[in-house]
Formats: sequence, C-alpha cells, structure tokens
Amino acid sequence: MRVSEPSRTAGVRLLASGDQCLIVEFGRTIDLGINRRACAFARRLTTAALSGVTDIVPSFSSVGLHYRAAAVPLQGEESPLAALRRAVEAVLAAPWDMDEGATRLLEIPVCYGDDFGPDLDEVAQIRGLGRDELIRLHTATTGRVFMIGFAPGHPYIGLWDERFAISRRSTPRTLVPAGTVAIANRLSVVYSFDVPGGWNLIGRTPWAMFDAKRTAPCLLRPGDSVRFVAITPAEFAAMQRTGS
Amino acid sequence: MTVEVLKPGLFSSFQDLGRTGHQHLGISVSGAMDELSHRLANLVLGNDEREATLEITLMGPTLRFAVQATVAWCGADLSPAIDGTPVPRATPTPVPAGATLQFGKRLSGMRAYLAVRGGFALAPVMGSTSTYARAGFGGYEGRALRKGDVLGLKSRGLPGIASVSPGTAAAVQRLHDELSGLTIRVLPGREWEQFGAGAQQTLLSHPYRIAAQSDRMGYRLEGQALERSTTDDVLSEAVCFGTMQVPPDGQPIVLMAERQTTGGYPKIVQVASVDLPRLAQRAPGESLRFVLIAMEKAQALLLARERVLRTLIPAV
Repeated sequence: MRVSEPSRTAGVRLLASGDQCLIVEFGRTIDLGINRRACAFARRLTTAALSGVTDIVPSFSSVGLHYRAAAVPLQGEESPLAALRRAVEAVLAAPWDMDEGATRLLEIPVCYGDDFGPDLDEVAQIRGLGRDELIRLHTATTGRVFMIGFAPGHPYIGLWDERFAISRRSTPRTLVPAGTVAIANRLSVVYSFDVPGGWNLIGRTPWAMFDAKRTAPCLLRPGDSVRFVAITPAEFAAMQRTGS
Repeated sequence: MTVEVLKPGLFSSFQDLGRTGHQHLGISVSGAMDELSHRLANLVLGNDEREATLEITLMGPTLRFAVQATVAWCGADLSPAIDGTPVPRATPTPVPAGATLQFGKRLSGMRAYLAVRGGFALAPVMGSTSTYARAGFGGYEGRALRKGDVLGLKSRGLPGIASVSPGTAAAVQRLHDELSGLTIRVLPGREWEQFGAGAQQTLLSHPYRIAAQSDRMGYRLEGQALERSTTDDVLSEAVCFGTMQVPPDGQPIVLMAERQTTGGYPKIVQVASVDLPRLAQRAPGESLRFVLIAMEKAQALLLARERVLRTLIPAV
C-alpha cells in the first residue's frame, strides 16, 4: 500500500540517543500497525544505505540507527546529528512502501508442560483454564515477530489475547534452557541461549533460534509470522536427534 | 608462525572495532572496550585499525613466540616485558623467535591492547574477529584465552618498522593522556526528563563507584539511588555503548562493549562517545563523576579526535 504524505510522516519523531544513535519513533505502544511501520521503515533505511550508519535496529515501536559520527558526510558547519537527521527526514518524506509484501510463516514445534514448560499448569490455573485449553489458545494465534533482542536470535512475538496478559515472575529463574517458550504481557519469547529469565515457561522447541555456524544464524527475523505447533515428548526427542 | 599461551591472564580476548550490522538480530557489537587504545596499538605498527588486538584485563598473560614478530601495546600499563626487558607503550618492539612476552604489575588503567605487526590469524565471524564470549563465537574459539592455546600470526617477514616519528609519538601520547581521569562527560538519555530535577542533580553531584560485578557487558555503579518521577513502562528499544540504564533499585548500569542490543530500563544519560575509552580504563572500586555536555560539543570532540587519528594512518 502506497500511502499519502501525512500518514507516512505523521507522529514520527526523530530523537537522539547519545552522540552516535538516532531513534526514529513511530509510537509508544506495542501495536501491530506501529510495528509494521517501524519494520517497513527499517527495511527502507537498509536500502537507502546512508553513509555512516552501521546498524538499523527495529524494536516494538521505533527504529534505532547507530552511526559513526566521523563517517557521516557533512555540509558546511553542521553536526553529524543534524546531517543524519536531514538524511533520514528525506528518506521519510519520499514515498516508501509500508507494505511488507510476502512475510514468512514459520511453524515452530513446541512440547508443552512438565519439564519442558514448568509454569504451564500455574498459568492455566491463574487463568482458570485447563492446560489443554491454554495450549490450544497458544497454538491458535498466529503471532508476529515484533523484534529480536536481549540475546542473539531471541524473538519477541505477539500479540495474544487478554488471557495471556500475565506478569513476569517476581523472581527470575537463574537458568532457562535454550529453546524454552515463555509468555508474559500478551507476548511470547523463545530463549535462544541458556540464560537467566523471568518469563513464564510453558514449553520448549527442539529448534535452535540461533546457531553461529548456520548461513543465516538466526531462525527468525523481525516481521516474520509464527505459529506454535504442539508436539509430544517423543516427537521432541526425535527432532532433537535428527536436528530437523 | 605461532604464539603459545603459557598463562592466560585474568581475561584476555581478541577484539576489533566490533561486529556491526547485525544488531537487528540481537547480535552484540562487542569489540574493544577502549577503542582508542586498540586503534593506536595497530596504527603505530602500520596495521589497519580493524586488525584484532588482544584485549588484556588487569592481569596479563604470558606468551611465548615461536617466531620472530613485532608487537606494540597501548592502554593500561600492565608492565609488559620481553624476556625481562620492559616494553614501552606505543612502541613497535621486536620479539625474537623463542622469546617470552610477560605482563606483570598493574601501574595504570584496566585494559591493555596488544597488537602484532601484520595481525593475528583469526577467522572472522559475521565480518568481525571480536570475541562475543556470552554467545561463544568470534575471536579465538569464542572465548577468553586459556593456558595451552596456540595463536596464529598472519604473516612473517614483514619489514619491521624501526620506530615511530617524534610527531606521531607526541600525538599518540596526547591521545593516551585523554584516558586518565575520573570525570565522565554525559548527554541526556532518552528518559532524562522522566527522572526530574532531583535525580538529575543527584547523578551529576555525587560520586558513583564501579561495582565488582562489572564486566565487558556492563558497569554496575553504586551510589545514591536514582528515582524516576513516573512509573510508566519503557518499551524495549535500541541501546548503545555507554547507555546508562536505571533498573527499579535505582543503581545505574552503564552498557559497555558486549552489551545487549535492546533494553527496556529507563535511560537517564548516555556517556559521550569520546569518554568511553576513559570509562573502559576505570577499574572496579574507582569512583566516577558525571558532567553534562551538549550534543554539539560531544560530536565536535569526537570529530577532533578522529582528525588526529587520521594523521596517524600510515601512507599507503
């Protein structure tokens, strides 16, 4: 969808985050529409390949542009920030495609409950649901990868309905195994490494979210669609063995 | 063409200018904590500044060179010596085949950067030879050095450099002098306004001590708690080298080289990039003072330093 001038730039704010990062803010809430705009603009910026910009990092509602101040081309006496702001405003104002085109849909196998997801029963109980019903609800939603952060390949996926609006745990676990699927605040994450974590653990996938040896080390990218598919412990073991 | 690690030191890891271009996938930039010293160590040897150097923390390693090489170091003075003869800072120094380079007593700073003429032989991962220890890749097998590791050198027989010119030596010394001091210049962070005048004043008028649990990922600071005047959630977004986050306990954390790519704690200030090398040379137990500067000033200082560094790049 090509959009008209006002909605493309409306409400967009360019804000410095220190002397070598510029944040392009599209909103301040976790919202599918805002995130689509942010991801689309991140792609547009990638194509624009502005001099001095080293990283383009979309998050829930903004895009962070990391730059090397000394590598930004300057006009006259302007500062690198002023020059980059001018360049980004030009990209923002020129027509850019807010349509993501074809997004990938990945179906991620998950073994729910028991040792794979020790918090499943507690979450179900809080919500007054049976564990099978909770699993059904979790696998019924096609989520969107809002962003990758926290650790390599660690996705934030959403949005589930209000029944998944539960807080993180008051005391984080000291170790969450890689592959663990966890929920909080209507979002799901998949831990890509063995790390401490405070989310509610409901299952585990045999798939690696990150493997530095793969051609594409991260399984997921911002903007991907994700559906979780329930598997049995036997299937989990088989997939882990074959690595597929 | 190898160097054997007889003792690894406290935490010695290969670093370069960082693994940029992959932060949207959650991959940390990593890279040298003190980028200035890393660059200087390479430049005085005539290396490209992107060559990996060995970042050496507090207690240095003992390395035996199987072949002749030329080395230089910058940053913290950890008393390096070749077969007992001290090696001066920022000075190309030949290491005879079979000789041992040993680090000793810490005289200043926190991190030394050791470069070898021609570079260390390391396989880049995602375009960088920086060690990303938490993810276990990059540098030498994705980790800090261990006893018995054997490091490769890229090339031998490069013409040695007799010495650096007096002009270069003076410029290097002036840049090195910028590493000392406990005052760190900062810019308002993304949530600066949310902290209110009270917390802003507190941060700028009290010392903050670097806690023992500080590492390449972040410096935890201890001091007067910083309270935000709102309880609004902050959405996770891109964070930077030098972002100062304030978790609910009010004790700030400054994100360093091996930081995560995004963060959801309120960001009170951002360390001016020009002072990141100085911060990286401060050790746990030292107390910092923060002073606010303007954006234009921060960027002008960066550009001025860059101009000096460019004069040091050897003519091709």
